[in-house]
Order: sequence, then structure tokens, then C-alpha cells
Amino acid sequence: MSIARANRLTPYLFLAPAGAVLAVALFYPICYMIYASFLDWNPSQRIGEADFIGLRNYTKLFSDAAFRESMWVTIKFSIVVVTIEMFLGVGLALLLDRNIRGMSVLRTLFILPMMIAPIVVGLMWRYMYHPTVGIFNRTLTDWGFDPIPWLADGDWAFASIVIADIWQWTPFIFILSLAALQSLPASAIEASRIDGASGWQQIIYIKLPLMLPVLIVTLLLRLIDSFKVLEVILVMTNGGPGLSTEILSIRINRTASEFRELGEAAAMSNLLLIVLLILTFAMFIYNKAQELRAQRMRAVEEEA
Amino acid sequence: MSQKTYDRQNPAFYVLIVMLVIMAIGPIYLMLVTSLKLNVDIMSDTSSLIFMPTLRNYETALCDFLWYEPEHLRRCDPTFGRALTNSLIIGLVSTAITLIIGTMAAYALVRFRFMGRDVVSIWTLMMRMVPPAVLLVPVFGIWTFQFGLDGTRGGIILVYVALNLPFVIWILQSFIVQVPIQLEEAARMDGAGPFQVFFLVVLPLIKPGIAAASIFTFRVAWNEFLLANALSDRNSRTVPVTIVNSLTEFDIDWGVIMATGMLLAVPPIIFTFFASRQIITGMTAGAVKG
Repeated sequence: MSIARANRLTPYLFLAPAGAVLAVALFYPICYMIYASFLDWNPSQRIGEADFIGLRNYTKLFSDAAFRESMWVTIKFSIVVVTIEMFLGVGLALLLDRNIRGMSVLRTLFILPMMIAPIVVGLMWRYMYHPTVGIFNRTLTDWGFDPIPWLADGDWAFASIVIADIWQWTPFIFILSLAALQSLPASAIEASRIDGASGWQQIIYIKLPLMLPVLIVTLLLRLIDSFKVLEVILVMTNGGPGLSTEILSIRINRTASEFRELGEAAAMSNLLLIVLLILTFAMFIYNKAQELRAQRMRAVEEEA
Repeated sequence: MSQKTYDRQNPAFYVLIVMLVIMAIGPIYLMLVTSLKLNVDIMSDTSSLIFMPTLRNYETALCDFLWYEPEHLRRCDPTFGRALTNSLIIGLVSTAITLIIGTMAAYALVRFRFMGRDVVSIWTLMMRMVPPAVLLVPVFGIWTFQFGLDGTRGGIILVYVALNLPFVIWILQSFIVQVPIQLEEAARMDGAGPFQVFFLVVLPLIKPGIAAASIFTFRVAWNEFLLANALSDRNSRTVPVTIVNSLTEFDIDWGVIMATGMLLAVPPIIFTFFASRQIITGMTAGAVKG
């Protein structure tokens, strides 16, 4: 009897520590943040002393040109970066999906940019973009061109952070699409070859459609992650010059620590979270739909 | 599968591969080279492929740990040494805690059928997407005013455990599913309790998963900046925080900063070389089936 009860309790015992930590340090803070976004709160106050101001933080945000600018920068950054990385990553995967020696070494080298600290990535690129000692401007002047104001000019600064992000994250898409390519059924590709499909035809009509489920999940994962980018940009430009590279995460950080408006920062965090939840939910629904389809296919096959 | 044969490729293909490799590791190489240069060499106008490599920048950064006193230093600045100790402690402790409670939770989610399992899975997936920036305000407020944990290593460890748990649970689930249940039933027949089954039968079988999960966890704790910056005080700062603090608008000591950056980058680079397969498994799990 007692053993049976112990067995019934075990799953809860196993879950309890994780549940407790998540509740205290993740779930509670998020609820707290939602509440804080309705307060006029600065860091020297306890939360109880802050005034409740309803939706005023939100209305203030939407009428704030700087916030709209940084929202726009965030969206622009995510779309530009993810589009370029998808094309490059998938393209490279299609190109390098061959039976060659040293593929695993290549993959190892390609994941290095993702593994090292974003702070360090920012540091390296800031050094390379340095107006006088950086390698880019040095090479340009050596070859007789004018140096480029990489991080000093708004448009160039945006291009600079895009380039750094592409360097860091294209390998992610490359590795996921390569894995997808290598798990494709060999029979389909073989069959198309026998029917006389050219390399391009194989890619467009066989490989890409078969890879599509993985590509969509990859796209969503990368899109979600691109909203989380912070440290690389913080080190390279700290959002400047002006607001040209101030993505939402940096603005949250500045609003909280520089302008000391915790309520407003919480409202911004809330908006960012909503965007991410929508994306995550899309991914979840898509995965579920895929699973259901796979099940139906299997059922049909079994009946036949 | 034992004897692999390789296709011959056209030379342009190899040129492309070499270019890609140069692009991928060029910046890292550049950082290494810079960290071995004196500031005179870094700032000199001639592009300097030839220079005397020196460990002086590393001596400056690590002077706290050296058994001798580097003669070029007038005064040893212990900031970086202290940060390195903090980073190591925070990284290791938070990884250990995350893995222990994460594996237990993942096991319970996979093996025991009880109400609310689906709900928990959805929540873990959702929590995985929470960016540190979103936690900045609430964590700062709660840790400072309610828990009294601001400025301590314990406070930072608690955030990192919470931040990493969803991912660890998620990734370990896919490994635990593959453990044959017959094995566990056999152990139970022989009289093992649920905890014994878990620690003596399941854990040894999912070692690759644990390796992947611990690398990812350690990496997040080791690399994270934003929350550590908000929660730490002078004595509990981690390496990323000190690096950002020493970046000023003008007059950056590039040699020393690159050396500290290199020291911060070394552990992840080592992991990558020893466990790239596990890392790729961790990355592709979920997106690619099989």
C-alpha cells in the first residue's frame, strides 16, 4: 500500500525541484513584469511604493517616436538577417552536401562562431571595424580606396551589425539544412536521377520540397533568436550612432538602467514577449500539424 | 559503412571550402594574433604580419594567478582574476544544479503518465523562448527587494538555472524516450526503487544527451552578460561584465581586451572540438527528426 503510494508520488517528486525553480525564478518574474508594466516605478522604490497608472506606459510607448524607431530597427534587422542567412545557409548546404573527406571537421569549424560568447564576437568585429587599425579599413586604404565609416555612420552601422550576425548565425542554418538534406530518402533522389532530372531540377522539385518542414522550423527558430540578439550589438555600437542600431533589447536595457523607468521597460519587455510567444506558438502548431499529417499518412499506408 | 569512399570534386569546390573556412575562423584568428601583440604593434601603420609574439597581455589579465610578478606591471589589477573565478564558479555550479533537476524532470515527463503532461511540455517549450532582456526588469526588482539576492553569486546562479532548465528538459526528453522500457522493468523486477532505476539504469544510458545538455548550459552561463550585469556587484562580476566595463569610447587597450576575450572564448572552443557531434545533435534535435 505504502509502496503503491510512493510510486504514485514519484513523478511529482522528480518534477518538484524543477517546478519549484521555474515557478520562483521564471514564472513569477514574468507575472511580476506584467504587473510592473502598469506601474510608474523607478529602481530606488520598492514595488509597493510605485503608483498604479494603468495603461499609460503603453500609450506613452506608442506615441514615443524613439520607441517606434527601435521597434522598426528590430523588425528590419530580424527580417534582413534571417532572409540573407536562410539563402546563404541553405545554398551552402545544397552545395556542400557531397561525399567528401573532412566534412565533420568543416562542421566543427562552422559551429565555432555560435559557441563563443556574443560579447567576444562583438569585440572581434568592433576591432575589425576600427576606423584606423581595423583590418577592413586597413585593407581598403592599402588598395587605395577611401576608408568606410563602419560604425560611425547610421546606415553603415546597420550594415555592420547585419554582417556580424550573418557571420555568427549562417552556420546554424547551414548545419540544420545539411542534416535535413542527409536524412532525405535516397530513393526519391535516385528515382529523379533515373528520370533524367538535372541538378537544378532535383534541387527545386525534389530536395527543397522534401526539406520544407525542417526549413520552416529552422526559419522560426532563427527568427525567434534574432529577436534575442543583444550583446553583439551592445559591444559594437551600443545602439548608436543615433538610434540606427538600437534594437528593442538594447532599448529595454537602456530604459531600465539609464532612464530608470522600470515600468516602461517592463511594458516594452511585455510587447517583445508577445511577439515571441506568437512565433513560438506558430512553431508549435506547425509541428503538431506535421505530426498529425505523418500519422494520417501512416494510417493510409497501413490500410492499403 | 566501415570503408568510406569519397567522391572526387572539382578544384573550384575546394577553393570555395577554403574561403569558407577562412571566413569562419578568420576573426577568431585575428583576435588571437592581436592578443599576442604589444599595443605598439597593434597601432603601427604597417600591416604587421611579422611581429614578436608576447604573452604580456595575458600576464596583465591574469596577474592575480601568477606565481611571479611580471616586470612590465607596476600594479596588479585583480579585477579580471576575480571575474574569472566568479565565472567558473557560477558556470559550474549552475550547470550541475540544472542538470540534476533537469534530468529528473525530463524523466518524469517521459516515463510517468500523469495528468498535465502535455501542458508541462507546452510550457517548457514556451519558456525556452524567453529572452534574458525580458527578465531584466522583474529579476532585478525581485532579487533586490524580495529575495535579497542582489550582488551575490547565488542570485546569478538561480537565474541561470531557471533560464536553462526548459532547454535541458526539452533536449533530454528526446534522449530518455529512446531508453528501452524493458530495461527499467527488469530492474524493477529485481527490486530496484524508482530512484535506483533512475540513477543506476537510466542515467548511464543517456550520457551523450547529458554531455550535450551540459555544454549548452555551461555555455549560456559562461557567456551571458545582461542579467549578470544587473545582478552582480563589484565582487561577483563575471568575465563578460568586466569586458564590457573596460570598453570605453576612446583609448581602448586592445591587446589586453583581446587577451581577456580570448580567455573567455577558450572553454567553448575546447568543448566544440571535443564534442562537436553532441553539440550538433543538440542543435538539430527537435528541428530534424531522426
